[in-house]
Amino acid sequence: MTDQVNLTFDGVTITAAAGQSVGAALTDAGIRSWRSTRRGDRPRGLFCGIGVCFDCLVTVDGRPNQRACLVPVRDGMRLESGGLREVSARG
Amino acid sequence: MARFDLAVVGAGPAGLSAAVTAAENGLTVALVDAGTQPGGQFWRHPDEHHPRPDEGRGQHLWSRFTDLRTRLRALESGAATAGRVELVVGHQVWFVETLAEGFMLHLSATHGETRLPQVRAASLVLCPGGYDRQLPVPGWELPGVMAAGGVQALLKAHRSVAGRRAVVAGTGPFLLPVAAGLAQAGADVVAICEAGSLSGWARSPLGAAGVPSKALEAVEYAALLARHRIPYRMRTVITAIRGESEVGSVGLGRLDRNGRLRTDVSLPDLDVDLVAFGWGFTPSLELVTAVGASTRVDVDESLIADVDDWQRTDVPGAYVAGEATGVGGALLAVAEGELAALAASRDAGRPVSEARARSLQRQIARGRRFAATMHRAHPVPAGWQDWLEPDTTVCRCEETTLGEICAATKELGATDARTVKLLARPGMGWCQGRVCGFAAAKLAIPVGEALTASDLAPLAKRTFAAPVSLETLATTPTESDSATSHDNDA
Ligand SMILES: Cc1cc2nc3c(=O)[nH]c(=O)nc-3n(C[C@H](O)[C@H](O)[C@H](O)COP(=O)(O)OP(=O)(O)OC[C@H]3O[C@@H](n4cnc5c(N)ncnc54)[C@H](O)[C@@H]3O)c2cc1C
Ligand code: FES
Repeated sequence: MTDQVNLTFDGVTITAAAGQSVGAALTDAGIRSWRSTRRGDRPRGLFCGIGVCFDCLVTVDGRPNQRACLVPVRDGMRLESGGLREVSARG
Repeated sequence: MARFDLAVVGAGPAGLSAAVTAAENGLTVALVDAGTQPGGQFWRHPDEHHPRPDEGRGQHLWSRFTDLRTRLRALESGAATAGRVELVVGHQVWFVETLAEGFMLHLSATHGETRLPQVRAASLVLCPGGYDRQLPVPGWELPGVMAAGGVQALLKAHRSVAGRRAVVAGTGPFLLPVAAGLAQAGADVVAICEAGSLSGWARSPLGAAGVPSKALEAVEYAALLARHRIPYRMRTVITAIRGESEVGSVGLGRLDRNGRLRTDVSLPDLDVDLVAFGWGFTPSLELVTAVGASTRVDVDESLIADVDDWQRTDVPGAYVAGEATGVGGALLAVAEGELAALAASRDAGRPVSEARARSLQRQIARGRRFAATMHRAHPVPAGWQDWLEPDTTVCRCEETTLGEICAATKELGATDARTVKLLARPGMGWCQGRVCGFAAAKLAIPVGEALTASDLAPLAKRTFAAPVSLETLATTPTESDSATSHDNDA
């Protein structure tokens, strides 16, 4: 049996298996996009799945621009959708 | 700062094999990977902190991995050999400095806190692997369109199925395991669209026959496709992807024997919610170029590290193994990793088995012949621009369209990828051209011409191999101002 964790996406609770990535948890919850692009305001979610493309950026516990495909889920984690947040540095 | 005889970057098939071999030969080894655990792309598997009985589900050559993992653990903490390997996961190497003696690796945590900012090593084996190669298609920026490898990664590591009705498209044998994986996980795979035909294989039976395990794999996949009734459509490409907020359907086209779109054939659309695209792989060359090693262009038009028959680059002490020396699959990567470690041990004055090295060299030569056959049988179709529209997105990060790139080449006279990049900004976004680089480079040169190293090398030279915060940069001492060093610039 795998452990379940609960997290929230824009305030809505979703469950995931411990050890999954945020991107996988969102995918399993039927959520396929969680930010919009700067220029065309187009929806984006997972593309490369391995940390290369930066399409999947999401705000995790208040930290903007995290790659959903790389960050592992944690119980109580707060995810927020939105545009790419402009910050002075990348990372 | 931590010091080692050898640093290995990447814990995929090549890096794992290199680190284990070198440490068993008595070297102290740092094995660094951006991921959370060893395995790389090929052996990506569920988080070991939450063990599953079906850990190896959907894997190939899994016992090769578990054997390497057992040996790695013994070298980390086994009674006799503890401390030979320090495994540093969750850290990306964003830069490598070449010192007068050895190398300094600069690390930052993939997310969260950086545990080990620097690693110093006398020699270096780079095994950074690669990522799916992509071509733009109208509508490919819609959610539900993914890299085939990304779909596979979701399945293997997370048991997540990226869609319910899928089409797998592009070219090459890798489309087969992705389609099979999706079908086994319960998705309806409506088609595999292979841009090539299999005639390229028939023309060169020697290359394929040289690696028997590949022939077996092919038979296994053929049976799986039949069982799940997945149509394998050759000379077929996705020419458009339609949908509002996500993929709803795809338009198809048929190619002629020269890889150009046939205007006399029209095919019905497919209703799907997932498109998995794979056009082969692009090796990661950032660190190879960072250490100043020579590169060249492979049969598949990828920029690769130029290595000798001991995996040595032309930079003393720097070796490369796996996809970064040419895309060729996991078994070849394992063999190259082992040989690179033997070379590093031998060059450090340790005895190694010459017979084993020769056997690996033969195995690698066979693997390379097979890879060349594969690349020739599955080229990017000559007509890939035939189905693009002026408003087709080429660079997903900067949302640069084909029309904007054409304006840079035609009206402003740009004739190389670098100038196009400066004028129209493709490849200037967060991914630094990793996704659109191949297409943007192709668009800058006349249709039908092959890419050269001078087209590709400027694109591979990214300032840093991974995004790094200004804070990390500001607080990173370089070797020249580090108090612990005495031997640089001598
Ligand atoms: C997403 C994806 C999925 C794939 N799935 C399959 C499959 O199912 N079947 C198949 O036959 N082939 C698959 N392939 C092809 C497969 O990658 C290769 O055949 C094989 O894994 C090559 O081994 P490697 O050791 O050269 O590289 P990889 O396995 O790619 O390993 C490279 C490792 O280096 C690490 N790395 C890279 N750069 C850095 C850095 N700067 N700092 C720290 N760490 C770094 C990466 O995190 C990675 O773990 C896949 C490829 C991709 C991109
Ligand atoms: S999906 Fe590409 S970086 Fe996450």
